[in-house]
Amino acid sequence: MLAQQLLNGILSGAVYALFALGFTLMFGVLGVINLTYGFYFSTGAFIALYATHYLHMPIWAALPFAAAVTGLIAIVIDELLLGPLRRAKAPELSSLMVTLGATLLLYSLMTAWFTTDIRRFPPAVFDGGAFEIAGLRITLSQILIVATTALIVGALALLLQKTRLGLAVRALAENPDAAQLMGVNAGGIVRLVSFISGALGGAAGVLIGLNYNAIQPYMGEAMMLKGFAVIIVGGLGDIRGAVIAGLVLGLLESVTAGYIASSMKDAVGFLLLVLTLWFRPVGLFGRVAAKRA
Amino acid sequence: MMPHWLDNFLFTYQSLVYSLGVNALLALAMYVVLAVGQLALGQAAFMGVGAYASALLTVKLGAPFPIALLASMAAPALLAFVIGAPTLRLSGVYLAIATIGLGEVLRILYLNWDFAGGALGLNGIPEKAGFVWIFGTLIVALVAFVFVSRSRIGRAMEAIRADEAAAGVMGVNLPAYKLAALVASAAIAGLAGAFNAHVSSFIGPNDYGFDQAVTILSFALLGGVGSPFGPVLGALVLTALPEVLRPLHDYRLVIDGLIIVCVVIFLPTGILPWRIGRIGARK
Repeated sequence: MLAQQLLNGILSGAVYALFALGFTLMFGVLGVINLTYGFYFSTGAFIALYATHYLHMPIWAALPFAAAVTGLIAIVIDELLLGPLRRAKAPELSSLMVTLGATLLLYSLMTAWFTTDIRRFPPAVFDGGAFEIAGLRITLSQILIVATTALIVGALALLLQKTRLGLAVRALAENPDAAQLMGVNAGGIVRLVSFISGALGGAAGVLIGLNYNAIQPYMGEAMMLKGFAVIIVGGLGDIRGAVIAGLVLGLLESVTAGYIASSMKDAVGFLLLVLTLWFRPVGLFGRVAAKRA
Repeated sequence: MMPHWLDNFLFTYQSLVYSLGVNALLALAMYVVLAVGQLALGQAAFMGVGAYASALLTVKLGAPFPIALLASMAAPALLAFVIGAPTLRLSGVYLAIATIGLGEVLRILYLNWDFAGGALGLNGIPEKAGFVWIFGTLIVALVAFVFVSRSRIGRAMEAIRADEAAAGVMGVNLPAYKLAALVASAAIAGLAGAFNAHVSSFIGPNDYGFDQAVTILSFALLGGVGSPFGPVLGALVLTALPEVLRPLHDYRLVIDGLIIVCVVIFLPTGILPWRIGRIGARK
């Protein structure tokens, strides 16, 4: 019983981590809380749905395809919304508000087109089969979730820590002006980070869509509220923090659902968020006044 | 009591007229905190606390309406006072996210609270708040805000918004002002929530979440926070707009969102960038 709860917790935690990674990366480098991020989650799921449904793609092709298209959409949205504000050096509040307005716009556009009906992947796309390993039940989609998350986290860490491109991204996050003087192409890096973030959000959407096999426009909004909790607890802009906080949230939620009440599950994230902000606003691993990528 | 034409008009557009008043009050609640530069988005949460307090009192305990209204101001004000000290140390996006988190915690609390109707919410709330209550309160609040804006307090608030550090150095008691603004905001939002509950006769746990918080912020933002009239105007426009845009059906909210986006990018000070402080300063 406990082992199964912990396993389920790690699985949902992996998706929280994957989702929060893009969110926190966006904040770390671009310096804004982009509330349209939840929309990328829904977008990814819908693109994968259409790719499998109409283009008859297998899921291993639909997942990267959906992630890439969502990444491109993220570049466009970032350029249209935040581009003008960045150039005008507008205050933090403006970027928060503009993405709030855009969230309303994008979700209602999506709802107007797709309605709020719950959609499902065609049955041929994914085998819902489950394995029993040492008494623990695990489904194929859950294995896919953990494998994809581990792969993406590893790749992102390598990119940021070991490549010149990653160095440029970190430099821009640390000090935009100095980075540009050193020859970092700021516009290019901003687009790259938008693309990666959008792709991460989109991929998380596809995986959750597969796991619950229920896709509808507002799925990203519920996720967004969890995403807030994860990036705050992990420390804004802190990649390692986001991964750990995502797993912790997943575990706590599943233990709460198992031992207290399943209806209280969603409260865990917000309690964690509020407590973190009150007692440790820099996040679990943050140092006071430390700037991080 | 009321002229005949007004009676007729109210009968036809009753719910819209009430929403205009309630939303204008909510916009004022938002204005109070923005006026001291705090991006505290707890108004929807406070509105919910006020609505639940007054609805529970009248429905479950049969309390008289004025008592329920007092409770609808006192309960959120007390909550704001308690959470104020740790919360107001935060700034910018942290404060915004913390206050949104508060709303979500409360939402889950209502959902699991059987006495308050759980997921079904509360039905059959007596429809006691009318035109006079709502718009009377709105006018009183607006007049009070104009007087405050023209006073020493109003200048201190403007100083905090313009430059917090400088205001603090000049001897403005920052924590006291911020806490007072949050408590006042909570009381106004709670009262608006009670009025809303007592005209629509139904409240539910999902009415006071993230969406409502964003809507209230957009009122203030659209109108501009230079004076209390800006947010009220913003609330009137954004409340009436869906009615005007009714032929667009599903695309109404798209236009709403588009307006917010365009205002931020093209009109950063809102549609009414006029300040009362100037008039006061001339004395």
